[in-house]
Amino acid sequence: MPDLVFYLLAAIALVASIAVIMVRDIFRAALCLIVLFMSVAGFFLLLHADFLAIVQILIYVGAISILIIVAVMLTRDARQGYPLDNYKYVAGAVGILLLAAIAYGILNTSFVNFGGAPPEQTIQPIGQALFGSGYVLPVEIAAVLLLSAILGAIAVLRDK
Amino acid sequence: MTLLDQFQKTLLASGLPDWAAYLVPALMGVILIVAVSLTLVIIFIWWERRLLGRFQLRLGPNRCGPEGILQPVATGLKLLLKEDIVPAKADKILHFLAPIVVFVPVLMIFAVVPVSDGAILANLNVGIIYVVAISSISTIGIFMAAWGSSNKFALISGMRTVAQMVSYELPVVLSLVGVVLVAGSFSMLSIVQSQSIPFILVMPLGCVIFFLGCLAEMNRSPFDLLEADSEIVAGYHTEYSGMKFAMFFMGEYGVALAYSTVITTLFLGGWSGPLLPPVIWFLIKVVLVFSFTVWMRATLPRLRVDQLMAFAWKGLLPMAVINLIIIAIEVLVVPASMLWVMVILNFAFAAALVLLWSRLFTLGGGRVEV
Repeated sequence: MPDLVFYLLAAIALVASIAVIMVRDIFRAALCLIVLFMSVAGFFLLLHADFLAIVQILIYVGAISILIIVAVMLTRDARQGYPLDNYKYVAGAVGILLLAAIAYGILNTSFVNFGGAPPEQTIQPIGQALFGSGYVLPVEIAAVLLLSAILGAIAVLRDK
Repeated sequence: MTLLDQFQKTLLASGLPDWAAYLVPALMGVILIVAVSLTLVIIFIWWERRLLGRFQLRLGPNRCGPEGILQPVATGLKLLLKEDIVPAKADKILHFLAPIVVFVPVLMIFAVVPVSDGAILANLNVGIIYVVAISSISTIGIFMAAWGSSNKFALISGMRTVAQMVSYELPVVLSLVGVVLVAGSFSMLSIVQSQSIPFILVMPLGCVIFFLGCLAEMNRSPFDLLEADSEIVAGYHTEYSGMKFAMFFMGEYGVALAYSTVITTLFLGGWSGPLLPPVIWFLIKVVLVFSFTVWMRATLPRLRVDQLMAFAWKGLLPMAVINLIIIAIEVLVVPASMLWVMVILNFAFAAALVLLWSRLFTLGGGRVEV
């Protein structure tokens, strides 16, 4: 059963990610991206990472994709697609390079299978790891960084 | 261990193939949710119309069936028979999919609401975050409707949706964190079990903030700006008719019902209560919460866009942050067995904060001065 679900999710993810690139209408492409995000959440669920799955939906589907859609709504001629065709070859080269780098990274990592049964509770260990031992400083720094980025954006956009 | 889990275990033990043992309970859960929530939604539509009638010194629908209970059925039939019109310039696929994307997440919320002890479809240990995450998907459906119908009013409504949803999600989540801190768990079952005193008494301000945020998230008055009929016709569902409109309509009441059950679970002690069976207590509380939203709808005028934003960012958000800090300190200081100390403290803090903020906001002359 998990195998079947995995292949189903993988198919959805592949079709959606290809559609994100191929669909001309940017709004539809953004919606395909949302489908992709959801299928990634499905993968997390298959791995018994329920907290990650929910956070994936909360952050990516609930926040980031809405940001993208708003940006699309504010663009002109969203239906015709973005006229960036003169950068086609540069973009293609960069894309292939990036793909090669990622593929190299994946192929050269020896993934260790977590042997035991999946943990019953996922939130407490994550919370303990983030705020209990050792990672408090990075987490707090990330928070301050995000806050300063937001304040910076407001300061830049604000009427003088 | 929920009932469906047990059912799945017996199915697995009885020698059914693996996939059937997974699928049958899941399908049963889905059918259960759809049947129960749709029935409740229909009853709630009737209840709201009757109640609104009384609030406005009229009778409300009372002709169709005893006390007009069959009125929603008649409305549904009428909508079924209506012609389904799709604008010529609409994005057909989006226009078709939007009502579904709005409606399905609403049904999914009910999966984590405990109706009585153990009577819950999925006791996720991420229960509350699941509710917040799933309900944010509906926003995308509203967007799809707004964009797909190629209508300027719908598009304005879509823009308002973002502003409203993004702004009000913050206070909602912040007040949820207070609940999680006191209960010590994200699971809806354990939250209800930890309410020896209902959380509406333990954190009155958090409850009020959550309730107002929910009103905004379910687009009900006084926050129903995205379908403000005096300004933008019907907002995102201007171009919808027939069954698709009915889906939006049901989705709207479904959200109201879903959030009523969530508020009941988080703040009113869920199914717990003396004498009566748990399910009855649960339903009583849900109807109470829903009736309260109807009361607000009948009483309060609609906010203006800038007032809406000011209320979220300058009113609810700072109060929610202060409320969260107070609760966090109290959880550290006050021992768990002495919840009543928190009740007294938090009522004092709530009164002080609300008074303070009402001094900051002077409503008058049609504008909010801050």
